[in-house]
Amino acid sequence: MKDYLVLRVIAKLMIAFMLLFALYVQFHGDFGPGGGFQAGVIAAAAIVFYAIIFGLPAARAVVPDRLVESMVAAGVLLYAGVGFAGLALGGNYLDYFVLGADPVDGQHRGIFWIELGVLITVAGVMLKIFYMFAGRDGGDRK
Amino acid sequence: MEAVIITALLIMMSAVTIAIVRQRNLFAVVVLFGIYSFLMATVLVALDAVDVAMTEAAVGAGISTILFLSALHLGQSMEMKPLHKPFLPLVVALATGAALAYGTLGLPAFSDPQAPIHQHVAKRYIEDGARETGVPNIVTAVLASYRGYDTLGEVMVVFTAGIGVIVLLRRLRGGKRGDKP
Repeated sequence: MKDYLVLRVIAKLMIAFMLLFALYVQFHGDFGPGGGFQAGVIAAAAIVFYAIIFGLPAARAVVPDRLVESMVAAGVLLYAGVGFAGLALGGNYLDYFVLGADPVDGQHRGIFWIELGVLITVAGVMLKIFYMFAGRDGGDRK
Repeated sequence: MEAVIITALLIMMSAVTIAIVRQRNLFAVVVLFGIYSFLMATVLVALDAVDVAMTEAAVGAGISTILFLSALHLGQSMEMKPLHKPFLPLVVALATGAALAYGTLGLPAFSDPQAPIHQHVAKRYIEDGARETGVPNIVTAVLASYRGYDTLGEVMVVFTAGIGVIVLLRRLRGGKRGDKP
């Protein structure tokens, strides 16, 4: 769809807002609806949109496979790492109360980091699955 | 009013389901799946479950549609004629559906605040959640804080799914190097 001027211009306009919306859903999840999972899917959808309009190689140049595969594992490690941070600071596993000066502050920090972990893994997995499907050429199976 | 809206949406969803079953063109089926997911998301908004509605719209209507389309690109776009008569599956589906409908008779009334599920830990979440976690959105407080272990497990499931897809499709691609197609 590289040749459609209108699609290209509108896509470029929209992708910035989609990524911004993903960040909003991520960081406003404490107050409104949303959180890491939804934000991860929206961020992945923005890249998938880019891939549909500008082609898979262009998307792979922006978000390379190596980065996507690292994201798949990095999110889980970050989430699990928050648990171990709680252990190191003298609490239980995934105990956020010990992470900050006062308990509520600790909760805020814990939730922030685990939501970030969820975002990274979900966005990575969604993008990776799309890359894997879209990267297989329909022609070579016939 | 809310009941009327939800009933109308559910009727539209069953109409879409029948269309999905009857439709043989898989591209149309994928589009109908998207419509179904958006209707489901609207039902969830009407039920005040905005977080779930957002997930349904993003995953069910967004990413799933894309994945179905890219899978469709690899195969044929028309569904084959079924080889068997659908009577046995139909009987199994009807019997299961009837059993489930019978099971709902034993449930507490819809949105009954005295239902056991609302009297257990939910009370604590609603009454103390905002004070204990400092997070006004109870869904986030429960998911990320009270049920942190469950959410860690969920992320593991997503991770495992991603790894599974990578392993399966990588091996197929590696097969190209050999003589077999």
